[in-house]
Amino acid sequence: MTRQIIIPFGPQHPVLPEPIHLDLVLEDEKVVDVIPSIGYIHRGFEKLVEKREFPDYVYIAERTCGICSFIHGMTYCQGIEQVMNIEIPERALFLRTIWSEYSRLHSHLLWLGLFADSFGFENLFMNAWRIRERILDVMEQTTGGRVIQGACKIGGVRLDIDNEKLGRMSRDLDSIREEIDVLTTIFLRDSSITHRLKDIGVLSKTDAYSLGAVGPVGRASGLAIDLRETGYAAYGKLDLEIVTEREGDSYARCVVRARELFTSIDLIKQAINTIPEGPVEVKVTGAPQGEYFSRSEQPRGELVHYVKGNGTKFLVRSRIRTPTLSNIPPLVKMLQGCELADVPVIVLSIDPCIGCAER
Amino acid sequence: MAKTALITVLRKPATIRYPFEPAKKTDISRGHVVIDESRCISCTLCQKRCPAQAIVVLKDEKTWQIDRLRCVVCRACVDVCPVTCLFMDTQYTAPMTTRGVEIVAITYVKPPRPENPSPTGEAQT
Repeated sequence: MTRQIIIPFGPQHPVLPEPIHLDLVLEDEKVVDVIPSIGYIHRGFEKLVEKREFPDYVYIAERTCGICSFIHGMTYCQGIEQVMNIEIPERALFLRTIWSEYSRLHSHLLWLGLFADSFGFENLFMNAWRIRERILDVMEQTTGGRVIQGACKIGGVRLDIDNEKLGRMSRDLDSIREEIDVLTTIFLRDSSITHRLKDIGVLSKTDAYSLGAVGPVGRASGLAIDLRETGYAAYGKLDLEIVTEREGDSYARCVVRARELFTSIDLIKQAINTIPEGPVEVKVTGAPQGEYFSRSEQPRGELVHYVKGNGTKFLVRSRIRTPTLSNIPPLVKMLQGCELADVPVIVLSIDPCIGCAER
Repeated sequence: MAKTALITVLRKPATIRYPFEPAKKTDISRGHVVIDESRCISCTLCQKRCPAQAIVVLKDEKTWQIDRLRCVVCRACVDVCPVTCLFMDTQYTAPMTTRGVEIVAITYVKPPRPENPSPTGEAQT
């Protein structure tokens, strides 16, 4: 038997945006087992729910993640609204959908950039982030914040976008689409990239299902799971195409995210075309009593916010289950049997967001 | 790819030289909170609603304090202020070298009540 050695990977590693620690058990250059551990940036957000009034907790829920912040705030609001039986105005639902999809565009472009950086294509990294900057500019113009939007509140949204600005956003998206088209063509066609990614970190469909892969990781392995299908916010009124690939390797995960950029643009344009007029918020009185599991589709997969209230201004319990946490068992499976040099690429291919996962 | 490279060479830089050129901002950008101390009625609503507990209002000493390093610039205080004496400036907070709170003395003076209150019957006429 070959001698086994353990190499620590992370929590600080040039390729990792956030701290996760992996103990890689190696036989020669081959990874035979992986022991993941997290717990470096736990912030105690769930406990904080007992100390802040439930309408103020939206700002804290939003700060769970610095990338999909809007979707965190929205999911928490959805939970409270369901507990309190609040009917949200139609226009607010459409605005939530528009901002969610902008978050997805921004997150996927950020990931494409970081992924390019992980296999040493720094130029592509800069190009992806240049396009992402245009998305962030739109976010700032419409909500006042680049990455922490703070636009959602219980009972609707805090800001409205006037129709003239919506039209401008729609026209802007056309030119962004052209730029993304050029960018993704390089990602999907360039021989050096396909050579680096194909057949690396393969996750079969049965493994993806049994290990609970969510989001683009699951969809790249052929699982057609997308929470947007459930029709929360205004997704029920829009045509949604679920992007799936069958190969389950790192390249397929890249393809899924690249193609989702276009579906996101389509969804935003559809929402802008069909957005109804009307108010954007309703007045909320009383306090939540009861519990609810609120689910939504984050750029990384399924997000769950559990809220439980006892009729006072302070919630009893909040629980956040983020997609990265569910994607760690599939990551371990992908890493078993790979080469040591492929580990950074495979870890990045699940789009880890440890800040979310530890709350 | 050659086309992209050519466009990138000919295009202006995507970045700005920040301290020398002003940062991009919009009309509704959340920069930092400012107070109009001549209108604040010390109602302490901003202190109660602040999710980061960055604001302290001392009624007796007539001061409004903010810890800029705790403030998360969420605009909750601006929304809740009943006399709209809080505003959101679009300029981001400047870097600082020392910790500490910024103390603003409230100069609001409650207007005196009108003297000689009329009997209720006369006031209605």
